[in-house]
Amino acid sequence: MGTVIVDGIEVTVGDNERLNGIQAAERAGIDVPHYCWHPGLSVVASCRMCLVEQGTKDPTTGKITMIPKVVPACQTPAKDGTVFVTNSDKVKQCRAQVEEALLIDHPIDCPICDKAGECRLQDYYFEHGQQERRADLKPFHSPKRDMGDTVTLFVDRCVMCTRCVRFTREITGTSELMVTHRGSHEEIDVFPGYPLANKMSGNVVDLCPVGALGDKDFMYSQRVWFMKSHPGVCTGCSTGCNIDVEENQDRVYRLTPRENMHVNQWWMCDEGRYGYHHVHAEDRVVGPRRFEGGKHVNVEWTTVTAELKQKLTAAGRLGAVLSPHLTVEEAYLLIKFIRGIDPAAVLALGPVPVVGTDERFPNGFTIHAEKAPNRRGIEILLAHFGGKILSFADFQKELDAKTIRAAWVSGGYKKSDWNDETTARKFAGLDLLVVQDMFASPLWNAATYQLPGGSFAERDGSYVNFQDRLQAVKSAVRPPVGAWVEGQLYWRLLERPGLFQSRKALVEAATEVPALHLAIEGIPATGLDLNVNKLAEAKTVAATV
Amino acid sequence: MKTDDPSVRWIDEPKLGLTGKMYLPAIIQGLAVTTKHLFGPKMTVSFPEQRPEIGNPLIYRGVHRLNKDEQGRVKCVACFLCATACPAHCIDIIAAPSPWPDRDKYCESFTIDELRCIFCGMCEEACPVDAVELTSMFDLTGRSREEMIFDKEKLLSVYDQTKDAEPMKSRVMGASP
Repeated sequence: MGTVIVDGIEVTVGDNERLNGIQAAERAGIDVPHYCWHPGLSVVASCRMCLVEQGTKDPTTGKITMIPKVVPACQTPAKDGTVFVTNSDKVKQCRAQVEEALLIDHPIDCPICDKAGECRLQDYYFEHGQQERRADLKPFHSPKRDMGDTVTLFVDRCVMCTRCVRFTREITGTSELMVTHRGSHEEIDVFPGYPLANKMSGNVVDLCPVGALGDKDFMYSQRVWFMKSHPGVCTGCSTGCNIDVEENQDRVYRLTPRENMHVNQWWMCDEGRYGYHHVHAEDRVVGPRRFEGGKHVNVEWTTVTAELKQKLTAAGRLGAVLSPHLTVEEAYLLIKFIRGIDPAAVLALGPVPVVGTDERFPNGFTIHAEKAPNRRGIEILLAHFGGKILSFADFQKELDAKTIRAAWVSGGYKKSDWNDETTARKFAGLDLLVVQDMFASPLWNAATYQLPGGSFAERDGSYVNFQDRLQAVKSAVRPPVGAWVEGQLYWRLLERPGLFQSRKALVEAATEVPALHLAIEGIPATGLDLNVNKLAEAKTVAATV
Repeated sequence: MKTDDPSVRWIDEPKLGLTGKMYLPAIIQGLAVTTKHLFGPKMTVSFPEQRPEIGNPLIYRGVHRLNKDEQGRVKCVACFLCATACPAHCIDIIAAPSPWPDRDKYCESFTIDELRCIFCGMCEEACPVDAVELTSMFDLTGRSREEMIFDKEKLLSVYDQTKDAEPMKSRVMGASP
């Protein structure tokens, strides 16, 4: 244990912790401005924004000796007895001078810069800069060039923090970006013929503390101050990266990674980042429909809920396919509803799309081949309620046996390719087929009841990722008019009052399913490791044996 | 500003004298003003045959216009600052990369709901490129609500109509061109 003093506040640093001045100050609640330092990247100490005064406290005499010059806090280890001063006049002057130097050749085209509003240069200039700009420069136009398919570089906005360069070298290991030229001619660039084309390229835009790197997908689509961000979990694959869903007036404009050291650290892949467009796709189905007299006719949600219960009860043996896109809460409620009607109903896991193989980056970040967020969550529920975990193929075999008379199939996939005509034919012999999905597919067209469902941005609940980590999501936008998020429909079918409450549903599920017991207390922001529960169970079993 | 601010100067209400307490002198004074205006020059104008005079067009807040630059392109860079400043939320902009090499961003669509607008002039003040300005056109009518939602073309045409009578305010006021 060591004690570091930051501006007179004593901070305790653990023996095995390797903190720098910025992190030590953060513990004392003091913000040291910085551009180039990032906790996930190596230290270069090139921006000089984090300059602080540093000294040492003599452990025997208690006398503090300061060193005469200022040092970069990011490069100075916070050891026992280290003293940092971050608020002296000297430090303030240093910051103001760094800001002035950066702004000498900055275009100040903030009105058209997408970073404006979340720009470090803007924020720090207001906080630490001088009142007036002494350089007599008018705002100018920054030349731009493509770095790759996803990112554009606005050359003159760059402050040469080299975060993006270090990212491609240390995190993805692809090293596309580099610094060309020297001194004030320095520029970020790619090697000729080798554009920024790795699968995590979007992260350099988040890393960029200024507006130099622009995301082509987000470019000029919205100003950042209009958007509200909602904590979510990426549903692109089973990694379950923590994200912020940023929306304005029920339209999602971008997804950005949210820090979670257990799952995705600070990053997310491009596939997840740009994989939200289906939420606002033109061909999303809206309005429930019933097959009647050779065609599908529009019906009201209120009549659907009443009819479904009655018709399912009349049908006899039921089967339900739980999509790995459902949240734990939704799957639990659907099981409750189906099992409430037929206690011996067949439950199966929906198709789990697998594309290619897992892709692992040098820093450990993995894009999984399994393109669904909640296979583990559904499996946990199926194991509890069904005993055996049936796959979608197994379910189709069950259909061949003709025991099942009515089936409920939940979808929620990003595309409609999770079933084909052959699958649809397997379901043809049923008395009643209920399909919930976002897009029309062969199975959807064969359904007796077509129920438009929600997308990931509209769901409330939690997912279990590949490492058995239960992570909560909040709905960011409202579903399009005519579509009901699955949770809301099940809530209504179970005749619960009011709107769907994921918290209540989760507590109920956690009380009933031992593997989810930990979630009774609620899910922390960084998720809940369900394996901890398993370990504890194993220990109790071992103890009783 | 707080009431205990040192720059606040407190003034006591003057005490009423005998004439003040009687009220009658004050009533006579008021009637004298009324009578004077009865016989004085008439201020009323017969609108619309006769147009009232706008005192200072530079500070008048009438219908909006979108200014054009020297090359006849819309000056707006779609920074959304007017929409941000607007207390009535009547400005709606869609931004796009500009088709011109010397500019990055421009407004693909720019609409102002003139019925929603409260003519406070905040948009004009917020604009960093002096693209949106309020003219001294005040007699604004339309046959439907839709007609009163002014789009980019209409706002640019207001500029064409008023540019001769009212040059761009920024230039008159000595700001950047």
